[in-house]
Amino acid sequence: MPYTPELKALIKVVEQTRTERVALKKRGGEFPMMSLDERERMLAYHPDYKEEGRRALRVGPSKGYRIAHEFADILEAWSRVNPKQVDLSCPDMETDVLVIGGGGAGTSAALLAAQNGAQVIIATKLRHGDANTMMAEGGIQAATKVEKDSPYYHYLDAMGGGHFKGDPDLIYTLATQAPSVIQWLEEMGMMFDKFPDGRMKSIHGGGTSRKRMLSAGDITGAEIMRTIRDEARNHSNINVVEFSPVVELILNEHGQCAGALLYNLETEEYFIIKAKATILATGGCGRLHVQGFMTTNHYGATADGLVLGYRAGVPVTLLHTVQYHPTGAVYPEQAEGLLITEKFRGAGANLVNIKGLQFVNEREPRDIESSCCIRECLERGLGVLTPTGKTGVWLDSPMIDMLSGEGTVQREFPGKYILFKRYGIEIDKEPMLIFPTLHYQNGGLKITADCRTNVPGLFGAGEVTGGVHGENRLMGNSLLDVLVFGRIAGENAAKYIKREARDGKLTLEHVAAFHKQLETAGVPRDRVSPMLLPDYTDPEVRKRQLTSHYLGTMR
Amino acid sequence: MATNTTTGKKIKMIPIFIMGKRYDVPETLTIMKAMEYAGFKFIRGCGCRGGICGACATVYRKAGDYKLYSGLACQTVVEPNMYLAQIPFYPANRAVFDFSEIKPVPEDIFKLYPEIFRCVACNSCTKVCPMDVEVMDVIAHLKRGDITGAAEMSFSCIQCGLCASRCMGELPQYHIAQLARRIYGSLIAPRAKHLREAVKVIESGRYEECMRTLMKTPDVELRKIYQEREMEPEMTGEEWTPKDTKCL
Repeated sequence: MPYTPELKALIKVVEQTRTERVALKKRGGEFPMMSLDERERMLAYHPDYKEEGRRALRVGPSKGYRIAHEFADILEAWSRVNPKQVDLSCPDMETDVLVIGGGGAGTSAALLAAQNGAQVIIATKLRHGDANTMMAEGGIQAATKVEKDSPYYHYLDAMGGGHFKGDPDLIYTLATQAPSVIQWLEEMGMMFDKFPDGRMKSIHGGGTSRKRMLSAGDITGAEIMRTIRDEARNHSNINVVEFSPVVELILNEHGQCAGALLYNLETEEYFIIKAKATILATGGCGRLHVQGFMTTNHYGATADGLVLGYRAGVPVTLLHTVQYHPTGAVYPEQAEGLLITEKFRGAGANLVNIKGLQFVNEREPRDIESSCCIRECLERGLGVLTPTGKTGVWLDSPMIDMLSGEGTVQREFPGKYILFKRYGIEIDKEPMLIFPTLHYQNGGLKITADCRTNVPGLFGAGEVTGGVHGENRLMGNSLLDVLVFGRIAGENAAKYIKREARDGKLTLEHVAAFHKQLETAGVPRDRVSPMLLPDYTDPEVRKRQLTSHYLGTMR
Repeated sequence: MATNTTTGKKIKMIPIFIMGKRYDVPETLTIMKAMEYAGFKFIRGCGCRGGICGACATVYRKAGDYKLYSGLACQTVVEPNMYLAQIPFYPANRAVFDFSEIKPVPEDIFKLYPEIFRCVACNSCTKVCPMDVEVMDVIAHLKRGDITGAAEMSFSCIQCGLCASRCMGELPQYHIAQLARRIYGSLIAPRAKHLREAVKVIESGRYEECMRTLMKTPDVELRKIYQEREMEPEMTGEEWTPKDTKCL
């Protein structure tokens, strides 16, 4: 839907201040950046810092840890199966390495495990590649220009952006392995944005001190995902099982992870996979809609891996923060929640309020940007009201053409340009209306820099894990995270099966023990996880669906 | 009429026909949200919900119109009396290859996909593409041996498979284009020299001391270093270099 006459009138206000804002940028001027103290004060407006939004966990390895109710609800929940009723004596499939999740982390883990001689099964809830990796737009960070950048600065930016709470070993690994990951992608044929001589184009992201954001148009994640997925399809020792989420991990009598229980969404059958090593790469949590926020995440982002790992005894870390991406679309209604890449701000687009005035530098870390947008709309009342009752602020994309030449928006952001054009909005001429949207799970299962968890034989990589991004991830570090740690997990799992894995009787005893804790804590019986898929059925329809929802969203 | 719970405004309902059966849905919804509103719960035919994963390809006709339309269910707004069906999967042949043995010559693509010459240039693929990729021209580029042209032209492809579903010559256009892009990205576009240099320098251990010291720096001092780090100005080109070169 094109902008309504009311919104068009408000766009005039933005246009009136635009020339001066562009001139300021051209002179090298900036809206002032905040000091660390100012940042800290601003976080009072961030949803993470609302105490009523969280509660202490009552069961499991991180008992007592205060996290969002939505997380607590799925961690303090019963298994989909009665562990005593599952016959583990004859597995339906056997493999060396089981990778749970078919996104960026899972696929790169599978490639490296296969390259190191392992037979691999990827079990994935939807299709291979249905993942947040596919949706990441703006770029991937790597310090590849040695005359001005190094892993030292990348480390510093990531550590500071995460409020100095990140795990030093993980961040060290992320920053130092970044260039070799980019080289791996280039060799596989990923089409990076380059100058004619092959030099990669690089720009800033929020919280970066050097321009190290590499990209492939505004579909960087999709280009990564389709390239590595295509490569995985060439490997005969990688077998992909789609539409089959894992509902429990299986351990063996030695306490090692020894496979998983799969649920075929289409036939509603359960299958047992026996594996010598297992890699959790299930991704994030946006579809939990933490604190009622809209989300940029894909349909299957329901934090299943957190549940599986937690029940098997892996603690969670840094899960008290989730990332709200500052710029999710709020107009038109059809695009609500849709990610508008940070690359727009990296390319110079200001955030402005209803009066056309800037209220934050566009390159602060994401939590700060989000806090400022929320304050502008909810406290200062300077947001713009949409016809559906949402509020937002303007992301002034037409500035980009004025700064970098006509046609830049269309060339650098082809995905978003076409999408908005379909709705009758030309984003090189009109700004976009945005509000923070649930985007990323900063924390997760605790791992070491070699992707091990405290359960032998269970590895973790990507968004399901926590530590590398501290309390706030920087743009371009998630695509990097999934590839760096996916590869490490794959390689180490392949090594593990040769040296440490032992054969033994399979068991779901850990699930039964977890159930006992739930019983003692008095957790209601109808709370079941993992969620697997969100439920967007209209409440009126749901009332008439007498037999389709036995427990939660479960059939 | 239904009522929006946030604004209290009345919402206009329109009839749509999902696989031929009528449902009344709010006129502002996308096909995907309209189907969920109607009571469908997706397993297939729903992925990123953001127009990039290719899971929700949908074809539809409008009453009294011969034309076949296509779109992504998560991006396309419903229209009154549209008859729609999702095509969440369409079988297509994908050649298996050892990428390390592929050379940047069109013959290597022809060997893997000889059906490329079955294209009769009917343009059905281009017409059905929900991403407005000029699919037929991508294939035409390849037939002429222009891998670069095919790679660049197919960059927005989301591999939904609609092209393959309409192809008279039974080509898997989206797999062929993927191969073209990989060949271009790896073997035709010039490689980034600075990237190889960065990898080498890291392997040489040049940054080890700097980084290990930084990792052990107490929090207070670390914050100071962070706050005072030199920032590359936004409006500079590739020529900028920092004054502080200690950890470069």
